Amino acid sequence: MLLRYVTRRLLLMVPVALGVTLLVFLSIHMVPGSPAYTFLGPHATKNSVAAFNGEWGLDRPLPVQYWLFLDRLVHGNLGESLFYQSSVTSLISSRIPVTLSLLIGGAVLSVIIAVPLAAWAAVKSGKLTDQLIRFFSTAGLGMPSFWIGTTLIILFGLTFPLFPVGGYGNGFWGHVDSMFLPCLTIAISIAPMLLRSLRTSLIDALGSDYVAFARAKGTSARTVLMRYGFRNAAISAVSVLGINIGFLVGGTVIIETVFALPGLGQLMIASILDRDFPIVQGITLIFSVVVILVYLLTDVAYALLDPRVRL
Amino acid sequence: MTVTTDTLVRARRRKFRRPPVTLIAGGTIVGIIVLLAIFAPLVTSYNPTTINLLANLQGPSAAHWLGTDQLGRDIWTRLVYGARTDLSVAFIAVLAPFVIGTILGAFAGYLGGWLDALIMRIADVVVAFPFYVLVILLVFLLGPGTSSIYIAITIVSWISYARIVRGSTLVAKNQEFILAAQLQGFSTLRIIMRHILPNVISQAIVFAMSDIVNDILAIVTLGFLGLGIPPPAPDWGEMMASGQQFLTTHWELTTIPGFAVVLTGLGLSLLGDGLNELLGRN
Repeated sequence: MLLRYVTRRLLLMVPVALGVTLLVFLSIHMVPGSPAYTFLGPHATKNSVAAFNGEWGLDRPLPVQYWLFLDRLVHGNLGESLFYQSSVTSLISSRIPVTLSLLIGGAVLSVIIAVPLAAWAAVKSGKLTDQLIRFFSTAGLGMPSFWIGTTLIILFGLTFPLFPVGGYGNGFWGHVDSMFLPCLTIAISIAPMLLRSLRTSLIDALGSDYVAFARAKGTSARTVLMRYGFRNAAISAVSVLGINIGFLVGGTVIIETVFALPGLGQLMIASILDRDFPIVQGITLIFSVVVILVYLLTDVAYALLDPRVRL
Repeated sequence: MTVTTDTLVRARRRKFRRPPVTLIAGGTIVGIIVLLAIFAPLVTSYNPTTINLLANLQGPSAAHWLGTDQLGRDIWTRLVYGARTDLSVAFIAVLAPFVIGTILGAFAGYLGGWLDALIMRIADVVVAFPFYVLVILLVFLLGPGTSSIYIAITIVSWISYARIVRGSTLVAKNQEFILAAQLQGFSTLRIIMRHILPNVISQAIVFAMSDIVNDILAIVTLGFLGLGIPPPAPDWGEMMASGQQFLTTHWELTTIPGFAVVLTGLGLSLLGDGLNELLGRN
């Protein structure tokens, strides 16, 4: 049953994945004017323009170009960087660990922040504690993530120098030390969203008939919260984090720039400033693949956690 | 007789209940910021772009309420003129996705079939790109500038409106008043515009409130990355970005415009929550 569900979801992914490659492929043609002059500069010679067009296949018909693009993609070839003397694939793969640990660390920390606060607010629903938690989570929705990062740098990097203000550090503990503030930044920027939906689903769960029955049976408040509250909260946390994976991934681009972390996002921004299009294109593609895969995993996890979802 | 009047009064009172606190608080915050932005020339006597290198990086004083930046420009002045720039850009940026998304969503939901499938598959593809990654890519491709920001935000955010409106249209189209309209032989266009849209648009409006917050965040973030509204126009994102190099000595250059963004976001979020409550949903 689960296998059939996963297969169906995988098949549904195919048109989306093709659409993503088509959009990334077409993006170079969205540049106003000739791509060659845009990327090589206005003083490019005829020969270098011809070489650029030849390398990108820009002198051939569009469907042929797209086919060649897909063919290279299947072979793991994302092209050559215009700026670094290296292939895009190797540049990207060397930077994946930083971005991945930032994503995972941020997601874990956001759960650690949001779940207890949401439980506290739900138990005290309507009281002052709840109002305060709701107020701060609403205020948190309007915080730009780079501003949160900068504020954390001012507080815990400069005023109280507890953590490094940037860079990736050396060795495992060096990495952990320098990744803490960036992960916390991601966590704080996503926690309000998570907190708001966790609170609602916890209040719904605690007001349901089966919880009333459990209470009438004499189950302790703690057990009710742990067994019935958190099971529902977990389902809702998984789906909120899953739906917002695009927001999380986009956040890493900005946070890596703020903290000078050598990840994919920082490479993307640097390559945009260098007009290094193959890298920008490759990273966009990788990010979308991550998002599509996480959507799939979320649906599967949701089906596993919530028996009410019919497979 | 008395009983009837009493019930009527009570019923009316229930109908016109007090507006939620969130709506009042949000409306007040947003109202003050909008008024400051509109009447910017009246609340400050400085020009937001005039450089005065002799008076740079000053602390707060009677002449400069919030001090001056690295080019000697008055920070309070740049803040209120920045509200003008950022709020108007965000407001315009939310209009096109709202209109396009709502119409496409209503047509997709009402007509179904291949149009529905096509619109929803396009939505799936666009959603597969992280919001900031796609916006940054589009602004990069189209070149920095305000119109690129509008286009990029429109391409990315019509989807949420389309999905919301499509969902409510699917529910609305099976209701009796729509069947009645169909039986009267009204055209599809008339049914969608006159009968479906008025019933499904409120959710799109509520979402627009939180979407403006997202757009403001996107605009200041683009400004921070150097891809936003071109200088010297005052923009909160550019103010925060240029304050970065003085973080160790003048951290307030980054913090003050940040608070302006947070306050605006809070006001708009409260307004959205309040509207949602007023329309009877939680």
